[in-house]
Amino acid sequence: MDTQQSESRAVLEGPDIARVLTRIAHEIVERAKGADDVVLLGIPTRGVFLAQRLAAKLEEITERKVPVGSLDITMYRDDLRMKPPRALARTDIPADGIDGRLVVLVDDVLFSGRTIRAALDALNDIGRPRAVQLAVLVDRGHRELPIRADYVGKNLPTSLRETVKVQLAEEDGRDTVLLGAKQPAPGAQQ
Amino acid sequence: MQRHLISAADLTRDDAVLILDTAEEMARVADRPIKKLPTLRGRTVVNLFFEDSTRTRISFEAAEKRLSADVINFTAKGSSVSKGESLKDTAQTLEAMGVDAVVIRHGASGAPYRLATSGWIDAAVINAGDGTHQHPTQALLDAFTMRRRLVGRDAGLGQDLDGKRITIVGDILHGRVARSNVDLLHTLGAQVTLVAPPTLLPVGVETWPCEVSYDLDSTLPKSDAVMMLRVQRERMNAAFFPTEREYSRRYGLDGDRMARMPEHAIVMHPGPMVRGMEITAEVADSDRCTAIEQVANGVSIRMAVLYLLLGGNEPAVTHSRTEEK
Repeated sequence: MDTQQSESRAVLEGPDIARVLTRIAHEIVERAKGADDVVLLGIPTRGVFLAQRLAAKLEEITERKVPVGSLDITMYRDDLRMKPPRALARTDIPADGIDGRLVVLVDDVLFSGRTIRAALDALNDIGRPRAVQLAVLVDRGHRELPIRADYVGKNLPTSLRETVKVQLAEEDGRDTVLLGAKQPAPGAQQ
Repeated sequence: MQRHLISAADLTRDDAVLILDTAEEMARVADRPIKKLPTLRGRTVVNLFFEDSTRTRISFEAAEKRLSADVINFTAKGSSVSKGESLKDTAQTLEAMGVDAVVIRHGASGAPYRLATSGWIDAAVINAGDGTHQHPTQALLDAFTMRRRLVGRDAGLGQDLDGKRITIVGDILHGRVARSNVDLLHTLGAQVTLVAPPTLLPVGVETWPCEVSYDLDSTLPKSDAVMMLRVQRERMNAAFFPTEREYSRRYGLDGDRMARMPEHAIVMHPGPMVRGMEITAEVADSDRCTAIEQVANGVSIRMAVLYLLLGGNEPAVTHSRTEEK
């Protein structure tokens, strides 16, 4: 772990991440014309913390409470059969539900797009939103499905031999986005 | 965790806590408008019940259906078993149909173990109660109910039952529920006391990891949970106690006895309850009795077990697997 960190390069630091989230919050308000029906759903683990931070920023801007929750996609993954079962994370849908609302999915890294496909399937079982949008901190490319993000913190062109690792204070003790070389044992992202 | 779930004694503490944590998330599916997950789509599970059971079979079936598995129900009555087919032939017939898991209940202790280890079938085997041996999913759902009530739903995540005092009262001799519970609760760090007349305790109980008492009244004030077991009349071929009334007076739980339990303590019953025998209606209908909750929790626990055994390309292993990801 330490060797990997020493070889990796920070592409976003704490203040950058804060600025990026502020910008995304403003973009959401602009595109949703006031954001009064927005529900933020973070994808565990780090998407949940990003969603909570975005909700706090949206509340500052709109002076209204913004519902925020989490959406675990483990049981909807398309590679479930290829790995041992993983521990489940919390799905927490705000009390008013998502029917007729604008759901903004929040994740840390957008890569193949398979996580987001699974999230769209999971949403289907929970309700019928008016629309679904996607906000990500980093878009690293290499999509394998026709999926795109509506709000992107940073477009980060990468090669498949690189890894992108997001660290957030809530989980890792500090805010940073690291770009590193892939280890022989694949440090899978997403 | 192994590919099969045969005995509660096979589970490590970490495996057991993983199952309880997974069940906590599964329980939330029950609150959704669409109570279904696509996780086991295309997998076939057979419920192979050689012994009568309503709640366990229905609970397994509900869990399997909520995970989108294809379910085949097999009951011995009216099947080829009543024509004299052996367990081996039945198992191989199922295997030939391409079954991924077998949930088995059998009157003979050890039948699920035989099925899992004999090489007759490749499917995962889940023990749903065998003779007087084991009933591991019952023990798991009981532990889940205790953790929810005594530790808390969210506070309980990742926790075991360290230091909790659990009293199990009644027919220990014929009870696979008691045996499974003692194994699992001991693994989870709880202190278990068995209370029963000497005639209803099995030979060798002194080697079990628990205390034994013949006196219910002195045990009640020191209990965080009291589990009442049914006296299994259908397995009794001798006189184990003089009369039902005497049993009920000495080992039954009524309102007066419940009042002697600590304020926070709960009363559990795996069902079916015989009101007036081991438990009075007053206790059975009180808020402190978790019998109905246990039924609901049973579905969540069985979903968790099915997911962890069948959900991936191999069962969830909590240790000895370091190269993962």
